[in-house]
Amino acid sequence: MKGRAWIGSALWYMGAIALALWVLAPIYLIGLLAFSPRMAVYRWPRPLLPLEFSLETMRFFVSATGTLAATRNSVVVALLTMMLSLALGAPAGYALARFLFPGREAVRMGILMTRMFPMAILSIPLAVTFIRIGLYDTPWAVALVHTAMALPFVILITASVFVSIPRDLEEAAMTLGCSPLSAFLRISLPLALPGLAAAALFTFVISWNEVFAAAILTLRQRTLPALVITVLNESPLYFRFAGGFFMVAPALVILLIIRRFLFNLWGITSR
Amino acid sequence: MGKGKAPEWLLPLALLMPAALFLTLFIAIPSVQALWLAFQTPGGSWSLEPFRRMVTDTRFLPALRNTILLIALIIPIQLVMALTMALIAQSRRRGAGFFLYLYAIPLAISELAAGLVWLAIFTERGYLNVILRGLGWIERPIVFLSYERPLGILLAVVVAEVWRATAIVMVTLVAGLQMILGEYWEAAEVFGANLLQKIRYVVLPLLRPSLQAALIIRTLFAFQTFAVVVALGGGVLPVLASEAYTWYVGANNPHVAAAYSLVILALSAVATGFYLYVLRVRPEEMGR
Repeated sequence: MKGRAWIGSALWYMGAIALALWVLAPIYLIGLLAFSPRMAVYRWPRPLLPLEFSLETMRFFVSATGTLAATRNSVVVALLTMMLSLALGAPAGYALARFLFPGREAVRMGILMTRMFPMAILSIPLAVTFIRIGLYDTPWAVALVHTAMALPFVILITASVFVSIPRDLEEAAMTLGCSPLSAFLRISLPLALPGLAAAALFTFVISWNEVFAAAILTLRQRTLPALVITVLNESPLYFRFAGGFFMVAPALVILLIIRRFLFNLWGITSR
Repeated sequence: MGKGKAPEWLLPLALLMPAALFLTLFIAIPSVQALWLAFQTPGGSWSLEPFRRMVTDTRFLPALRNTILLIALIIPIQLVMALTMALIAQSRRRGAGFFLYLYAIPLAISELAAGLVWLAIFTERGYLNVILRGLGWIERPIVFLSYERPLGILLAVVVAEVWRATAIVMVTLVAGLQMILGEYWEAAEVFGANLLQKIRYVVLPLLRPSLQAALIIRTLFAFQTFAVVVALGGGVLPVLASEAYTWYVGANNPHVAAAYSLVILALSAVATGFYLYVLRVRPEEMGR
C-alpha cells in the first residue's frame, strides 16, 4: 500500500510538472526571441538557452512607427474602460448583492445573456454610428465598446464581492447612528476595496487584450493589438515576436497582482 | 421601512439603471442596427443582397466549416485538460496551489499574443523545428504553416487555442470542484472507488453546472475566434469573425459584415440553447 502511494505521488508530480511546462515553455520561448538579436529569428539551428541577450529586437519594436502612440492609446482606452465599467458596474453589482427586488433573477439572466452577443455585432454597427457622430477613430469609441463587453463581468464580479461582505456589519453601523450611505462608505466600501481593485485590474486586462473592436473602430488612433494585427502581414518576424511579448508582459504582471482573487471572482461570474 | 413600499425597490432600480441604459445603448441597439444593416443595400433599400453576397462568396462555406471544425477539435481537448489541471490543482498534495496559479497564467494572454507565441514555435525556423533538429530527427526545417496546407494552419490554431483558453475552462471548473472534492470524494474513497470511477460517478455529475457554464463561455468565445487565426494563417484560413472583419475593413461593406455577425450570433444562440438543454440542471440538483 505504501509503495502504491509513492507511485501515485510520483505520477501526480510528473503530470503537474508536464502541464506546467506546457503552459510556461511557450512564454519562455517568445521571451527568448524578444531578447535575442533581430537576426537570431532566422538562424538555423539556434540554441534554446539565452546565450546572446540583446535589447535590439525590443528596441526595434518600440521605436517602430506608431508603437508608442498605440501603447499610449491602449493605456488610455483600458483606463477609460476600467473607470466606466466600475462606475456603472459597481452600483449594479451592489444592488444585485444587497437587495431582493422583483425581477432580480431576470436581471441576472439578462446580464448572462449579453455574453451571447459577439464583438462583431456590436462593433460593426457602432462603427457606422460613430462615423456619423464623429466619435470614430478615438480612444472613447473603443473604450465604450470595451465597456459594453466588460460591464456584465464587472457587475457579476462586484456582486460577488459585496455578497462576501456580511450585511450585519452595515446594519450594526446603522444602529450606531450611521446613515445608510455613510455605513456603506465607511464599512462596506473599505472591505470591498481589494475585490473591486482586482475587478478593475481584470477589466484593464480585458481591454488591453481586445483586438477585433479596436481594429474596426480605429484608423489612426490604433491601440497596440489593433496596430500589430493590421501591420502583421507586412512586418518582419522579429517585429511580430517582440510585439507578442510586449503585449503579454503587462497582462502577466497584472495577473500576478490579482492572483489571489482570480478564482473566487471568476468562479462566481461564470455561474 | 415604515415609509411605504416604494423606497424598497427604488434604490436597487436606481443603482441598476445606469448599467442597464448603457447595455441597452451599446449592446441592444447595435444588435438591432446589425439586423437592419444586414437586410439593406448600401443605397438604403431593403434587400437580401448582403446575405446573397455572403452565401455566394467562395470563402463563406470554408469560414463556416473552419469555425465549427475548430470548436469541435478544441473544446473536447480543453475539457479534458482543464479537468486534469483542476483535479491536480485541487488535490491536497504540497505545491497544488502553486500549480493552480501557473495553470491560470494564460488567462492574461490575448488571442493575438497567443497566435504570435505559437508562430514563434511553428514558423519555418521556429522552435519546433529547432527542437526536432536538436533531437536529430530532421535535418532541414519542416514547413508547418504554408499556403498549400491549410490543415497545418488549422492544427496550429487548435494547439494555440488549447494552450491559451484552457485556463478559462479550468478556472470555472475549479470553482465547482471546490464544493465537490471534500466529502463526496472521501465518501467515494471509503467505498473503494478508483480514480476513474470517482471522476465518472462523482465529479462529472456534480460538476454539471460548472461544466455547462464553462462550455457555454468557451463556445461563445470560440465562435469569435479571429486574431489567432490571422496571426498563424495570415488570411489563408477563413473563419466567420475574420470574414466579418475583412468585409468591413477590406471591402468597406458593413452590410455583408453585419450579415456575418448575425450568423455568429445565431450560432452562439443555438449552442447556448443546446448546452442549456443537454446539461440542464434540475432544481432538486441545485447544490446551493
